[in-house]
Parts: sequence; structure tokens; C-alpha cells
Amino acid sequence: MDRTLADVADASDGRLLEIAEVTGTDADSRRLREIGFCAGAPVRFIRRAPLGDPAMYELRGALMSLRRSEARRIRVHRAGA
Amino acid sequence: MTTLVRLRPTTPPRRPGRIAILGAPNSGKTTLFNALTGHRAKAGNYPGVTVDRREGDLQRRFGADGVRLVDLPGVYSLEPQSEDETVAVRVLEGGFGEAPPDGVVGVVDATTIERGLPLLAEAAGLGLPVCVALTMIDELKARHGEIDPKELQDRLGVPVVGVVGNRGLGIDDLGALVSSPWDWTPGPGLLHGAEAKTPEDRFGWAREVLGACRRQAPEPNRWTRRLDRFLLHPAIGSAVFLAFVAFFFQAIFTWATPAMDFLSGLMDGLADQILATLPDTAFTRLLADGVIRGVGAVIVFLPQIVLLFTVILFLEACGYMARAAFVVDRVMGWVGLEGRCFIALLSSYACAVPGIMATRTIPSPRDRLTTILVAPFATCSARLPVYILLIAAFIPADPVLGPFTWQGLTLTGLYFLGTGAALLSAAVFKRGLLRGATLPFYLELPPYRLPRPSDIALGVWDRAKLFLRRAGTIILAASVVLWFLLNLPRRPADPQLSVTENQRAVLEGSYAASAGRLLEPVFAPMDFDWRINVGLVASQAAREVMVATLAQIYAHEGEDGEGLGVLLAGSGEGGAPPLLSRASALALLVYFAFAMQCMSTLAVIRRETGGWRWPVFTFAYMNGLAWLSAWLTFVLASAAGA
Repeated sequence: MDRTLADVADASDGRLLEIAEVTGTDADSRRLREIGFCAGAPVRFIRRAPLGDPAMYELRGALMSLRRSEARRIRVHRAGA
Repeated sequence: MTTLVRLRPTTPPRRPGRIAILGAPNSGKTTLFNALTGHRAKAGNYPGVTVDRREGDLQRRFGADGVRLVDLPGVYSLEPQSEDETVAVRVLEGGFGEAPPDGVVGVVDATTIERGLPLLAEAAGLGLPVCVALTMIDELKARHGEIDPKELQDRLGVPVVGVVGNRGLGIDDLGALVSSPWDWTPGPGLLHGAEAKTPEDRFGWAREVLGACRRQAPEPNRWTRRLDRFLLHPAIGSAVFLAFVAFFFQAIFTWATPAMDFLSGLMDGLADQILATLPDTAFTRLLADGVIRGVGAVIVFLPQIVLLFTVILFLEACGYMARAAFVVDRVMGWVGLEGRCFIALLSSYACAVPGIMATRTIPSPRDRLTTILVAPFATCSARLPVYILLIAAFIPADPVLGPFTWQGLTLTGLYFLGTGAALLSAAVFKRGLLRGATLPFYLELPPYRLPRPSDIALGVWDRAKLFLRRAGTIILAASVVLWFLLNLPRRPADPQLSVTENQRAVLEGSYAASAGRLLEPVFAPMDFDWRINVGLVASQAAREVMVATLAQIYAHEGEDGEGLGVLLAGSGEGGAPPLLSRASALALLVYFAFAMQCMSTLAVIRRETGGWRWPVFTFAYMNGLAWLSAWLTFVLASAAGA
């Protein structure tokens, strides 16, 4: 079952997730894909900001910060599943 | 001795080459640009934010003459969304009335190669010759990663050079390569990537290329993870941040004062020397009082400026600033802005001019305009001299807790006041005038790096020069004009009176005094007298001129060695009463926190928004708010018995 990155982040416990797709075809979703959040990419939740949002993810060797509203656009499943 | 045989390319180019430097934000482009051109980042460009294209000539020692380098703003892709990205794409496609560049140096961070390659494929797709500079290979090694640039070169089919920009490693090789872009014959690898149509395809291609290399991906940066656990911890992180800020402002009073007193003594000595040696003419007095004392009163704050920028540049270079944006992004979200607006606001704590220029990285025009309108609330370094002078004169230095005194806490409070005003006004604008959806926010968090002291020193030196240049131009000019207004019309000296009393009489009857009295109805509710009013009008040119004005007015008061602060507070031996009550002083501080008093900022707002509408609006609403808040402060402080 694919869930969004925003849903599973906290429960993922630092496990590697794999991006299934980025929903939407607008400029925002395109930009997320261009910075590397695209199908097939492994992503890992690292931590939340002290105020609860945004969250820090490890993506292709870099640390990226996304707000919940963007993480909701990214559908993920457990890596290797 | 070895003889160098220089091989000429088969078709020697006759025109000078133009090479663009392209890369993601934070990939180390600007460091490379500086190393190749021998330039240092132009002062006025805030480090880490190349908001405009910057050009420089390749140093001749690399073997070619007339090769021009263009440093582009950092971009993730060639589908532009913000103004700075548009600049980068237009340069590559041949905009601004210029031909497209002859080649592109693709800057790729070796620790995140996979993220850097797709952009190069896009550039190759434009038909431009590409070579690759692989930066941060020292960091890659330190994290037990490995890649062979030669092998990557074979896979990509274009030249690849490994460099460590800030240590100069590999720069000679890169310089030689950049000297002759006509020799970069593109192979199949990168061109294959250029055929990719979607981001997925480009990243897929990048993985394929890297998969074919014998490569060891770097381990996660352990230090960064450990520090983040501590510095981004909800309780510990916030406590560390607040303690650090308070400590820093306390340090401005405790540590910088000896250096400031020394400079102050130097300026006074110089002015006295001039008065004693030169014949007593109007010119001598202009030189001593208008120039030396007026401008000198501003220059004495150099130690504080140096301290401020040392801390700002250190935080920026070590990677903490990006974390600060990460931490407060939630607050920016409530306000209706995104983290990039915060970064532009942060720059404004140095100076609103580069801060407003940094808003070009913000994709949403409404968010950008909102940030421009509130950026002047950030406590810029020009406010610092005024704050320090007034606080030292009117706020007691009594300890509150440990090393913290009322003075340090007042200064900290003023910084929070400016920040609060910026955020609240942004919220108001975003809910009314400039309502609009919030765009996606993504921010790359660089690993913590220990900055090299020489890099920080160079940056601080640039800012110190800028401060001194300001003192030597706009503040000097304002101070000289003020001298005339404060000393004209001339009146015969009354032999019955002392020199100081005669000088007081001239001041009281001067054009400046008349102008200041004219304004009394406006500022009387806060109990400001004409001297403050003159300072307020004069500081419309630049905030520091307030200090220069007071220094001139008090030039002949008090005994030798009594600082300006002592005279303002009325505790000097000359018997002059205090300039202000404590309640009025607090009101004046609040006025300076909120008021729009900077010609350069208004000019840059006009340029960035393309008209007079927004600068006039900013001027009106900020000064209106400043007056109201100052009045409220006065009323409350008077009621509290201050």
C-alpha cells in the first residue's frame, strides 16, 4: 500500500523508503521531482524541526527539508517491498 | 629544465571565450569562481547568495588571455521558477544581448554526485560544451567515499577535474581546461543524458553512469548528525540558540568597549590637535567638528561592526544559518511565507540592501514583495551605533543575571522587536494586500563545516571596508552639510561668555535649530527637543548620521576624555543637562527600531519593484508605525516611572 511521505515519516523509524510517485502535474510537483524526489529514489526520514514542521529527509546523499504540505504529494512504500 | 611545448588547438579561436559556471546551490560555485578569477566575492553580495550573474576574467597564469567567467546563481534545474533561476537560464540561452557562453563548467559536489549530474545533462541539451568540476573531494574522502574523476570522465565523455576550491587543489588543472573550451569534445555519455525528457529519466541516467563507475558512496556525515541531534533538539536547541544570542549582544558591550574607547580617544585627540595647531578659522572648525568629530563618532563603532560580521559570517559558513531557517520555517508558515524569505530577512540583519536583493531567489512574486516590504525592519548594522550610544547613555549597566546586564538585554530586546515587527507586518500583508497561496518550500541543509579563519577574516574585512566607505561618503557628506546648518547664520562672539556658551548660542540660533523647532509639534509627544529632531531628519540619509549629529552638537561640551554617552546622559562635568529622559530615550530606540531611514534601501526597493509606489508605501507605513510605537513606549515608560 502506498502512503504519503507525510503520513509515514514518523513511523518509518529511520528505515529506507522508496518513492512511488509524486502526485500532480503542476510546477510544484515538477520542482520536487527536479530536486530529486522522483519515482524510484530512496528516501529516509531523519527528524522534524523543533516546532513539528518541516521535516528533514536524506535524499541521494543530501539532507533536504520539506514541509508537510509538500511531503503529502510524495507517495512512498517500504524499500524493497 | 623541461621545455614546455604548447600545443595549439587545430582551429585557434580568435575571439575571447566566455565560460559560465553552473551548479546547484551550495555546490561551491562561488569559491571556484573566486579561485579561477582571483577575485573575492563582491562586497554587497551576501555570501552564499549569488543573486545576479557575476563576471570576471580568468587569471592569466592558467595560460589563456581574455577568457571571461560568468558565475551564475545556484539552480536545481533549467526550468526556472524564481528570478535568479531565470537569470541563469537566460545567460545560458544567450540573453541580455549576449551570445550564449562558449562552454559551461558544471560544478558538482562529489558527496552528492547523483544530484548534480542531471543539471549538466540539461545544459548539454542546450547544445553547450560542458566540463565538470568535482568539488569537495576532500570531504568525500573524509567520509570514506571514493570516485575516480578519470573514470567518471570516461563515462560522461567530457573532461572531469577533481578540485578542493578553498585549498586551491586541482585549480590549475581546471584553469587550463577552462582556457580552451574548444578542446572539450563531447562524448556519448553526457549527450545520452541530454536526451532524457523527464527528471526521472535524468536521475535514472545519472544512476546508470555512477553504477558503471567503481565508486564508494560517502558515509553519512556523523558529525553533522550528532550536532543536529543537539542543535535541533526542541528544548536544548532553542536554549542554546537563545543563550548564544544574548551572550553575543552582551559581548558587544563587554568586549568591544575597550577597542571603541581607544578609537574614540584617537578621534578626540585628532580633533583637538587640529584646533590647537591650525589657525582658528571656520574651515578649521569644519574639519575638526564636522569631519573628524562627526564622522569619527560613527567610525568608533568599527569594533562592534567587526564583531557582528564575524559572528554572522561564521554562522553562515559553518552551516548553522540553514538550520536556523529550518527551525523557524514553521513560524514563517504561520506568517504565510516560506523559508527562503527567512534567509533574505537574515541577510537584512547585515544590511537591508543585499537582503532585498536576495529576495530574487523567492519564486512567488507576492511572497517576494512581502519580504521586500518587511526586510527593513530587520536590525541592520547601521542601527547598531545608534543603539549602542543611546543604551550606553541611558540604560543602567547593572547586572541582571551572571554576565548579562540591562544594557545587553535591552540590545537583545531591540533585535527581537525588529524581528517581531517584520513577521507581524508580513502576516498582515499576506492576509490582506498580498494574499496568495504558499509555494512549496525545499531547503538543502549543508553538512556542518568548520570555516577557514582566513575566509571569515576576508569577509569581515570586506564588510569593514564597506562600513568605512559609507562613513567616508554618505555620512561624511551629511555631516558636513549638518555642520553648516548647525553653525549658520554666524553671530559675533560675546566676550562676556565662555567659548562653550558662545557655541551654545550659535547652535540655538542656527538654521538646523529652527528646522528642528519646526518639527517640535510632531515629536513633542515623546518629549524630543530640536536636537533630536535635527538628528532624526538627518538620519533619513543614513541611520548613523544620528550619532554624527549628536557628536557635533556636543563637540564643545564637557571636559576632555568624556565620551559622548556621558555627555548625553548629563553626567558630565560641564553641567549640560541630560539630552533625554529615560522614557524619551526608550521611545527614541523604538523609533529607530521601526523607522525607514535609509536612502539606499529606498533606492533598492524602487529598483526591485520597478517604480516609486512601493518605496513610498514602505516609507509611510514604517515611519507611521515608528511614531506610534515610540509614543506608546513613552507613555508606558513614563507611567512606569522610567
